Amino acid sequence: MDVTKIKNIDKITYRGVFDAEKSPHKNQPAKASKMLPSIREAIIKSGLKDGMTISFHHHFRNGDYIVNMVLDEIAKLGIKDLTVAASSLASCHAPMIEHIKNGVVTHIETSGMRGDLAEAVSRGLMDTPVVFRSHGGRADAIANGDIHIDVAFLGAPTCDIMGNANGYNRYEENATMCGSLGYAKVDAEFADCVVVITDHIVPYPNTPCGIPAVNVRYIVEVENIGDPNGIMSGATRYTKNPKELMIAKQTAEVIEHSGYFKDGFSMQMGSGGASLATARFLREKMEEQGIHCDFALGGITGQIAEMHEAGLIDKILDVQSFDLRAAESLKNNRFHAQIDGCFYAGYDFVGAAVNALDFVILSALEIDVDYNVNVLTGSDGVIRGAIGGHPDTADGAKMSVVVGPLTRGRIPTIVDHVQTVITPGADVDVVVTDQGVSVNPNRPDIAEKLQQAGIRLYTMEELKERAEKIVGKPDPIKYKDKVVGLALYRDNSIIDVIHEIDESDMSR
Amino acid sequence: MKIVKPASAGTLESSDIEIRIEPADESGIEVHLTSSVMQQFGKKIEAVIRGTLEELGVESAYVDAVDKGALDCTVRARTAAAAHRAAEDSNYEWRVKA
Amino acid sequence: MKLRRSMMFVPGNNPGMIRDAAIYGADCLMFDLEDSVAITEKDAARYLVYNALTTIDYSPAEIVVRINDLESGLGIQDLEAIVRARPDVIRLPKTATAKDVTDCEREIERIEKEAGIPVGSTGMMAAIESAEGVLNAPQIALASKRLIGIALGAEDYVTDLKTTRADGTELAFARGMIVNAARMAGIDALDTVYSDVNNEEGFLHEVNIIKKMGFSGKSVINPRQIEPLHRTFRPSQKDIDKALAIMEAIKEANAKGSGVASLKGKMIDKPVVARARYLLELAGIEVDA
Repeated sequence: MDVTKIKNIDKITYRGVFDAEKSPHKNQPAKASKMLPSIREAIIKSGLKDGMTISFHHHFRNGDYIVNMVLDEIAKLGIKDLTVAASSLASCHAPMIEHIKNGVVTHIETSGMRGDLAEAVSRGLMDTPVVFRSHGGRADAIANGDIHIDVAFLGAPTCDIMGNANGYNRYEENATMCGSLGYAKVDAEFADCVVVITDHIVPYPNTPCGIPAVNVRYIVEVENIGDPNGIMSGATRYTKNPKELMIAKQTAEVIEHSGYFKDGFSMQMGSGGASLATARFLREKMEEQGIHCDFALGGITGQIAEMHEAGLIDKILDVQSFDLRAAESLKNNRFHAQIDGCFYAGYDFVGAAVNALDFVILSALEIDVDYNVNVLTGSDGVIRGAIGGHPDTADGAKMSVVVGPLTRGRIPTIVDHVQTVITPGADVDVVVTDQGVSVNPNRPDIAEKLQQAGIRLYTMEELKERAEKIVGKPDPIKYKDKVVGLALYRDNSIIDVIHEIDESDMSR
Repeated sequence: MKIVKPASAGTLESSDIEIRIEPADESGIEVHLTSSVMQQFGKKIEAVIRGTLEELGVESAYVDAVDKGALDCTVRARTAAAAHRAAEDSNYEWRVKA
Repeated sequence: MKLRRSMMFVPGNNPGMIRDAAIYGADCLMFDLEDSVAITEKDAARYLVYNALTTIDYSPAEIVVRINDLESGLGIQDLEAIVRARPDVIRLPKTATAKDVTDCEREIERIEKEAGIPVGSTGMMAAIESAEGVLNAPQIALASKRLIGIALGAEDYVTDLKTTRADGTELAFARGMIVNAARMAGIDALDTVYSDVNNEEGFLHEVNIIKKMGFSGKSVINPRQIEPLHRTFRPSQKDIDKALAIMEAIKEANAKGSGVASLKGKMIDKPVVARARYLLELAGIEVDA
């Protein structure tokens, strides 16, 4: 036997288990502990330097402590000029404003933004525009290197000492949970260095797991990863708002008669009041008509989990769990699967789940007469939302249904032009408001079916006029030239830009 | 109609507007408005407040208005109610609906 | 025949609810200046309802305004404003005698004349909320041509009877009196509110009772009650088919120039046609006039 004839033998640089001196990995032996005493230590060990990109996930929603804890430590270490690539940001991330002013953070990539940070960005806080991507678009960008993550700081409700991390706890009742770690899974896979930050070190192996140990370099245990109440509420409450119930009932009827409501269908639903109520009405129809659903996708609510447990939905593909009930189901039910952002909605990935959807129900801040939808900026032009999976699912599903009240307070939802186009009208098939349904003219097949079922249809122009008759015609929002945000479509092309708002004539 | 004392009408609930009217030293109507829909409807709301007061013959007043997305008919109703209270005047003139 | 299955209560000093009242599909909207408005806000509510009625399009709902009683002194002020805002109906609370109705009618007529509104164009309905009112129901129902209906207000009524709201036994007599008085006078009978909005089962139970008794409809305090109420009042398919056959037979007879029609050997007379027409209306089916 001549080992030198093995094709790759020259690449095997050392031979023999005790020849550690020659090993390039001698400083990182396979059995070395990943546990570090502090976030500070992890930042130092990760090799984070000026100009690099760090990432975070938003599975802790508005209860997240990770982003603020990590940025505070980074600032203390004097590291500057970082890009923050978060899957999304919430109101609780307002302290980032200081780190932007101090030059610690100079660029942000995210799906959305709310609260004081969003207000400040809309008023010109940053020198470079924030890049807003859809969940699918972000996953693609990370996978193909458009976003190169140097260090990912990923919070997890549980982790074992090898790094297997989960969004739930199998060892303790009533421990903090976030359910699926779907968006974080992408970061874990592609980041150069992954630091898991947890407040519960659990026995090995913490499997099945959201993030596998092979993706994790360091683990830090902290007192608290977040505020459990902000991370998740018990079960998303069933709305009692009569307007939302009307929208939900109408939406369920639209779906029932759309041609897509038949045995073996698939769906995605949002977590808004109207979406949740729609799930209940759909469930009634499924039970009455003996129809079952092959799979439910996306952000998952307790309602969907209950339908799964009742045998009405075969499988759940969960990229993000919206409430504790959904998280419990992810923990306990074998066919409630945890999927990552690429699996969910990657545009570059043939076989992304959104492309297998029959229908999706989506919300909107604004919808214009061309069916374009805005879910990112308010009617005053200020950033106050998130792209989420909106364009991914609207484009992927066979039918997209966008639901919303005709007016919110004095603000019309149906307008001439949305402030920011997030999902183009071509992707939007049906709009359901409390005062009428509209079907995109490019879907005469759906219009015909709904009319046959006796559902009265309106043009968007008619709905817009109806809204304006109630609230009046709003004055146009004034903007400055400076661009504060770029909105990207699911293929990561720029679909719209967000300008700094101009409040100069409001300061009377 | 002469404003003789401070008075208010309306609430800070959503879709309402709180109108507070006070006597002013100088002639003319001064309106200080804050609104949750300032950019979109600020000018319109102020015009409705002024128009309502002019119709009532109010020549001098300081108006502090906090709007939570009220419709024009609500702005009119709250302004008129506040003005009557501030003028201690209960002679209402109701016009017939056209 | 106008449908009055649902009369939705809209608090008169709540701009949000006043704005959205139109969208829930209630047959009638009752804007309230009485019990839902604090005594210090009566003027503000009056302004709000007046401005809403003169500005917002609530069609096709019937517009009803509940005024304060005349004895309080507020009722007259309410009428001065509201009659000029041209609602379909003024609802008089705490009606105990026929005189209460005629007193109110006199004021409405005066205001109509002063304002140049066609006399008699403002409808009225009387809410009966006391033992005296219940016993006077027949006289009340006949007191004015303006009356489109009488209604039961149960909360004050049970207090007057020295009892409380329970399973419906406490209202049996009042409901019987009111529905009979109304039908005798050829006007509508409307039942009281069901205040536990989260108890749909209890609500439906009560709706079934009053429907069987002959009531035209019921007051509702939450938009969520409208759909189950209308659903309960919706006739069965069998009844709809029968009504359609009756309308078809009468149409054929009319075409032949005959005023009398028959269906399956039975003569169809006027009340049968009227009932069929009303039933189809309840079912939301349009019929030729």
